Amino acid sequence: MLLGVKTDEAVISRMKSIAASIKHYTQKKDILIDELAAHEENVTFTVLDSDEIAGIKNYLAEMSGVVVSVEGERLILTLTPEEVQRTKELSVAQAIETIRNRLDQFGLSEPVVARQGEEKILVQLAGIKTLEEEQRARELISRAAKLELMAVDEERNARVHAMTHADAASYGDVILSDANNPQLLYLVKEIPILDGGMLTDAQVGFDQNNRPVINFSLNAEGAELFGDFTGRNVGKRLAIVLDGKVYSAPNINERIGGGSGQISGNYSVLEAKDLAIALRSGALLAPIELLEKRSVGPSLGADSIQASMVALIGGFVAVILFMMVYYKMAGVIANIALIANLLIILAVMSLFGATLTLPGMAGIVLTVGMAVDANVIISERIRELLREGVSIHKAIEDGYANAMRAILDANITTLIAAVVLYVYGTGAIKGFAVTISIGILASMLTAILGTHGIYQMLESKIAKSKNKKFWFGIKG
Amino acid sequence: MEFFRYTKTYRFMGKSKFAMVLSVVMVLGSFVLLATKGLNYGIDFAGGTIVQVKYAGEAPIDAMREKLKSNPLFEGSSISEFGSSDEVVIRMKTTTSDVVVDVGDVTHATLAGTGEFEIRRVDIVGPKVGGELREQGLTSLILAVIGILIYVAFRFEWRFAVASVFALVHDVSIALGALALVQIDVNLDVLAALLTILGYSLNDTIIIFDRIREGVVDSKNTELGEMIDDSVTKTLSRTTLTSLTTLFVVFTLFMFGGEIIHPFAFTLLVGIVVGTYSSIFIAAPTLVWFGFDVKNYHAKLAEKARREAEKAKMRAQYESGIM
Repeated sequence: MLLGVKTDEAVISRMKSIAASIKHYTQKKDILIDELAAHEENVTFTVLDSDEIAGIKNYLAEMSGVVVSVEGERLILTLTPEEVQRTKELSVAQAIETIRNRLDQFGLSEPVVARQGEEKILVQLAGIKTLEEEQRARELISRAAKLELMAVDEERNARVHAMTHADAASYGDVILSDANNPQLLYLVKEIPILDGGMLTDAQVGFDQNNRPVINFSLNAEGAELFGDFTGRNVGKRLAIVLDGKVYSAPNINERIGGGSGQISGNYSVLEAKDLAIALRSGALLAPIELLEKRSVGPSLGADSIQASMVALIGGFVAVILFMMVYYKMAGVIANIALIANLLIILAVMSLFGATLTLPGMAGIVLTVGMAVDANVIISERIRELLREGVSIHKAIEDGYANAMRAILDANITTLIAAVVLYVYGTGAIKGFAVTISIGILASMLTAILGTHGIYQMLESKIAKSKNKKFWFGIKG
Repeated sequence: MEFFRYTKTYRFMGKSKFAMVLSVVMVLGSFVLLATKGLNYGIDFAGGTIVQVKYAGEAPIDAMREKLKSNPLFEGSSISEFGSSDEVVIRMKTTTSDVVVDVGDVTHATLAGTGEFEIRRVDIVGPKVGGELREQGLTSLILAVIGILIYVAFRFEWRFAVASVFALVHDVSIALGALALVQIDVNLDVLAALLTILGYSLNDTIIIFDRIREGVVDSKNTELGEMIDDSVTKTLSRTTLTSLTTLFVVFTLFMFGGEIIHPFAFTLLVGIVVGTYSSIFIAAPTLVWFGFDVKNYHAKLAEKARREAEKAKMRAQYESGIM
């Protein structure tokens, strides 16, 4: 399947994380700010004491790619175009890395996770056995796995059910629902205390009721932030938010040092396991969407390929019989080349692990046709010379020499087309290009070198017998 | 065994006016078809979803329609038979971009109760991807033609290049016209078939051109028309043999390859017939049309030979130390 990365969302979350660090910095320095908000294009806030602006600007100058403009007490932060590009680029690269990581940990033997174009990722789940497994894998891939620890706005939380999202936004809050009970709402501070980026590990464990939970640990920076926050907010609640849903909101009883925590939820062991994998391998910076997916049920694949294979083989046999009837021994020699050619194509294709698709089949039809053609051209040239009455030796040598030019030109032009298709085509068309390239090279090898060798070997015999009807199917 | 009498030269040039008229009519007809009926882009190029369902008995299409109405995912979907009465495809213009939703499972659940069936194929192509595929397909076709043009111009002469591309455009146009006429779904496999036609037709044309070039170089005859007749005749048994053998293979694919291969085989069938015709009747006469002149070409060759001889002489002098 082909996945797309919504890179615009990565830019938005970059804005949010800038806002989070501003909040943390100003709190630490005891600078009063107001109306801090992250938008699609910028981050804005107001500094209450204008003397502090210079200090904040100094701090912001350390952030790369951020442009600061000041309008009175109001600061507007935007990203440079290069930074926006870099953020997008990073989100795609990170998504590939993360998906690969997750699939590896999921236990797939050789998943394909490859970049395609700017913002697309090709994922092939080889080695999936059951539909359930495939479903799990897809859930795992697409899971944002964004862990956020957020502060519950205790002053206003009681009124949350009467609030609109706009109301919440005006307080710098967001409304989130409970993971198990969508009716239960929480009002939390929009800017998280910390997020999953500071996670070092996540493992499945069990709580006192023997239900699966996920234990996570934070890195030093995260542990410090977490410690500071819990120390300052004893008696308030902390919401553990995963992908925009509140999993639990325990009371903070005391300062929590050490930087570890627990996510409890109503999930099965298998779900907890997948979730832990997703958390360990990190959050996706940007959400993933499905762009293209093709799946052929096992029976369809088998019988349509079988039907076309039977047809192909039938057609091929007819061609071989026809060549023998029309050209007699020359036809037999050509057939040896044809069969060798087909074997080479199949061998090289299986060497590359190519699957037989319709365009691939088209490639085989085209190249078998071209191989027949090369042999026909050679045989016709030899016949022509024999009719003119030249010796067997000369007819064979000149026949090959004359045929060569035409065969080369015809094959090279097709090869040019194949190369263009390989470079500009995708998926199945690339496969078609590869098949015909292999086929053309194989047919030049078998038709020109292979049969020429056979003729040279048999030349004295042919010259002795003088039976042109037996050898070349013409009178004389 | 021999099909054609090698002692006789067939007069193809005499029929060239008739062939030209026929071709112009067919190409224009194709353009009209393309403009009025248009190509029926399949999901590869238009985007959309296809679900192929096979029932144990005859597919209850009416009952399926009723069931599908209950799920908004299938809004605007159409159901049609696929090859036999127990197999159907459900086509939707819409796609789901959620990675987690399995359209196959949803279809299975929605159609529950309509009989015993299995989901055989689910293809989803997002609208963005469809557009890109179409663009890439077209770009690659055009670039391939340009590459061929340059090579043939380099190996032969520019008029040969233009004539061969002329024949290619002729073949692909008529094949596209045929696709518009029967309203076959144009998907990636049909594009591959079109490319195959391109390859075949080009191959045929090059072989004949090679003969003409040989004739021009070897003979003293300067009458291009006669030379073309002679070359086409000499390659006639090769052209027919190759086309017939390929036609064998494609025809068996068309007849016995199953429904899924039909669009592909149909395109090839039309293309090979048209390609063979154009190589014999269109490509070579176009040379005359574009004003290819044998005397001129002789002069050019003589000039080239003279320059090469001069070069060889200079080299010989240099090597023997005179210069």
